[in-house]
Amino acid sequence: MSRRLEEALSSTWLVVAIVGTGTIACKAIGPVLLGGRTLPPQLAGIVDMLAPALLAALVVTQAVGADRRLVFDERLLGIAAAIVAIRLRAPLLVVVVAAAGVTALARLL
Amino acid sequence: MGTLASVVMSATTFAGSAQFAAASVLSAAGSVGAAATAAILLNARYVPIGISVASVLRGGPLRRLLEGQLVVDESWAFSRRRDGTFDRGVLIGAGLVLYTCWVTGTAAGALGGEALGDPESLGLDAAFAALFLALLVLQIHSRRAVVAALVGGTIAFALVPFTAPGVPIIAATAGCLVGWRKR
Repeated sequence: MSRRLEEALSSTWLVVAIVGTGTIACKAIGPVLLGGRTLPPQLAGIVDMLAPALLAALVVTQAVGADRRLVFDERLLGIAAAIVAIRLRAPLLVVVVAAAGVTALARLL
Repeated sequence: MGTLASVVMSATTFAGSAQFAAASVLSAAGSVGAAATAAILLNARYVPIGISVASVLRGGPLRRLLEGQLVVDESWAFSRRRDGTFDRGVLIGAGLVLYTCWVTGTAAGALGGEALGDPESLGLDAAFAALFLALLVLQIHSRRAVVAALVGGTIAFALVPFTAPGVPIIAATAGCLVGWRKR
C-alpha cells in the first residue's frame, strides 16, 4: 500500500473497504464457483461436520476467550443458565435471554 | 469509528464478529493491517460455509454472489436440516431479516449507543455464547458430530492464548475432518 494512498484515505475507511471486499469474496467463492452442483460424498461428509466444529469453537471463544487470553468470568454463570434452559427444552430466545440476564446480574453484584 | 463508516461496514461486511474484531483493534490504536487481518481471518470461515450452501442458491453468478452475502452464522445454522441439507426458504428469509435488523441496528447504535451503556454490563457477550451453544446442540445428531465438536472446541481452547483473535476459529474447522468417509 503506497504511503500517499494510505494518507488519502482515513484508516477507518481503509479497514471498512478492505474487510468489506474480503468478506464479500469469502462468501462468494463457494456459491459462484460451485454453481448448483453438489459435492462428492466424501467431501460432503466433511462439510457436514463443519457446523459442529465451528459452532463449538464459537462457543469456546465467546465464553472464555479474550484478546490472547483465556478469561473465566461471569459469562460462565450465564452459560450455566443457558445449559439449564436448553435441558428444559426452552425456546432459543429464552436460552439467550437467560444467559444475558444471569451474566448481567452477576456483574452487578 | 464514525456513524457513516459503521453503517457502511455493516452493509458490506455482514458478519458481526469480524466487525467487532476490526473495531476493537482500531480502537486499541492497532494498525490498519492488524485490524483488517483479524477481521478477514474471522471471516475466512465463510469459504467452507459458502461451499456447504452452494447447492441451494439459484441463478447466474451475480445472483448467486448476492444470495451468498445473506449467509451468516445464524441464518446458516437455522436453515440446516438434521440430514445435513439446507432449507433455502429459511436461509434466505432469515438472512434478509437479519441483514435488515443488522444495518438498522447499527445505525441506531451509532447514533444513540452511548445512552445504552456498556454491552458487557448487559451480558451480551454471554448471550452470543449461549446462542452458539443452543445452535450447536441442534447440530448434534450423531456420534461423529460429537467428536467434531469436541475436536473443534479443544483446538479453539488451546489456541486462544497464543494466536490473534480469529485464528482459533479457523484452526478449529480441522475438526470437520472426522467427517471423511472411505468409499
